[in-house]
Amino acid sequence: MVPSKFAYHKPTTLKEAIDLLSTHGDDSKILSGGHSLVPVLKLRLNDPEHIIDVSGVASMGGIKDNEKSITIGANSTHAEIANNAALKEHAPMIAIAASMIGDIQVRNFGTIGGSIAHADPAADWPAVLLAADANVVISGANGNRTVDIDQFFKGLFMTAVGEEEIITAISIPKSAFNKNSTYVKFAQPASRFALVGCAVAVANADGYVTEARVAFNGVSATPFRDGNVEKSLKGSVLNGDAIATATASVADGVSIMSDHFAAENYRKHMAGVYARKALSALA
Amino acid sequence: MKVPVSITVNGKQYDKMVEPRMLLVYFIREELALTGTHIGCDTSSCGACTVHLDGKALKSCSMLAVQASGKSVTTIEGMASGENLHPLQEGFHMEHGLQCGFCTPGMIMCAADMLKNNPNPTEEEIRHGLEGNFCRCTGYHNIVKSIQYAANKMQESA
Ligand SMILES: Cc1cc2nc3c(=O)[nH]c(=O)nc-3n(C[C@H](O)[C@H](O)[C@H](O)COP(=O)(O)OP(=O)(O)OC[C@H]3O[C@@H](n4cnc5c(N)ncnc54)[C@H](O)[C@@H]3O)c2cc1C
Ligand code: FES
Ligand code: FES
Repeated sequence: MVPSKFAYHKPTTLKEAIDLLSTHGDDSKILSGGHSLVPVLKLRLNDPEHIIDVSGVASMGGIKDNEKSITIGANSTHAEIANNAALKEHAPMIAIAASMIGDIQVRNFGTIGGSIAHADPAADWPAVLLAADANVVISGANGNRTVDIDQFFKGLFMTAVGEEEIITAISIPKSAFNKNSTYVKFAQPASRFALVGCAVAVANADGYVTEARVAFNGVSATPFRDGNVEKSLKGSVLNGDAIATATASVADGVSIMSDHFAAENYRKHMAGVYARKALSALA
Repeated sequence: MKVPVSITVNGKQYDKMVEPRMLLVYFIREELALTGTHIGCDTSSCGACTVHLDGKALKSCSMLAVQASGKSVTTIEGMASGENLHPLQEGFHMEHGLQCGFCTPGMIMCAADMLKNNPNPTEEEIRHGLEGNFCRCTGYHNIVKSIQYAANKMQESA
């Protein structure tokens, strides 16, 4: 399969990339690893006239271990994230999710920035970033802005990123809940995408839960945190009874996806099963 | 409009004019006539097109040739040194790791990346590592044995 014709640009600075985006507007598309966009171009689901390859923008790469947070450059690959020592220590669910994406080849070149910009409902990043209370740094002609992850995912393949903006980094706070976190997924057996993915992050003090964050992808067109589960866990001792009570009605009131892989009631049921698996791993 | 690319393949630099929409796998097969790299699914699933880009396994049907400009590619043709087969090639030969052979180049390129990061993998790790490579003939058992053969041989000579 061959994509439609386009012109290829490879800026080396963020400013150059933003200028190109402003010049070509909605005739253009950013390319990072290309592992979502190239398949889309080959199927001709999209036919931009200009491709702006940001993989050479140095300021969008690297993982920085700061005092209170870890900054993941948008161009960081899933493999780099899976192997990062600071993330393994301070937010294990981030490294775990990265190691579960696709296969060796996809993890070598697919990036976190490309994945969250694409906003596939079955992708693995949304749940862990929601549970982690991440911030997304977005740059445009008017400078940088930071978007709280709760405001980032807007629906099926839709995000808070504007037409002429670029995601430059994702920041993960170093917090008690991120330190005690995990991610589990019920993978579609062929593609490895998530039919259900559940990320949990729980802070405890004196044996009681002080804060619980429980998020899902794959379940609904928009990834979400389940406030009922989180509230139920808060103040409890994280044991089998508390987990059973909290997960009795996972994803209530959420509009659940249904497709030929998993029907609505099955997905909802599996969301509960995977929430219990994830929480039990932290109990 | 064609654009210049400069890609080193198996140690030799190639400077060519290509359309930006040309996929890396077509550059390798059609511009360079290196047909050891196969196209199975053309949809990023089967791994038959796996090569190394700067040492990392890549499905070359999922990348544009222009993205690889300035970088270094290794294909199955670059694995043997002279008459000496790479331990993985030898392993597939000794352990009967192929039937039709269509998937083999991709299996070997993926396994080479796997062994670089994990020189002594368990059977489960090998099976997990082959998630992105499909074989329609062997049922995978002998592929796993071939990779174990290579891991042992590489450990011995390390
Ligand atoms: C075989 C296969 C299996 C996969 N399995 C999984 C899986 O199990 N779980 C999973 O989560 N994902 C999976 N993926 C998707 C994979 O994670 C992609 O790599 C990722 O979704 C996109 O990252 P990329 O860097 O390749 O983005 P690209 O393909 O380069 O870009 C994707 C989109 O994001 C935009 N974009 C890219 N970078 C930026 C930026 N910095 N700012 C703004 N917009 C940007 C592009 O314009 C494009 O629309 C799989 C992919 C393949 C091919
Ligand atoms: S041809 Fe590239 S993955 Fe199948
Ligand atoms: S040997 Fe025939 S596809 Fe693997």
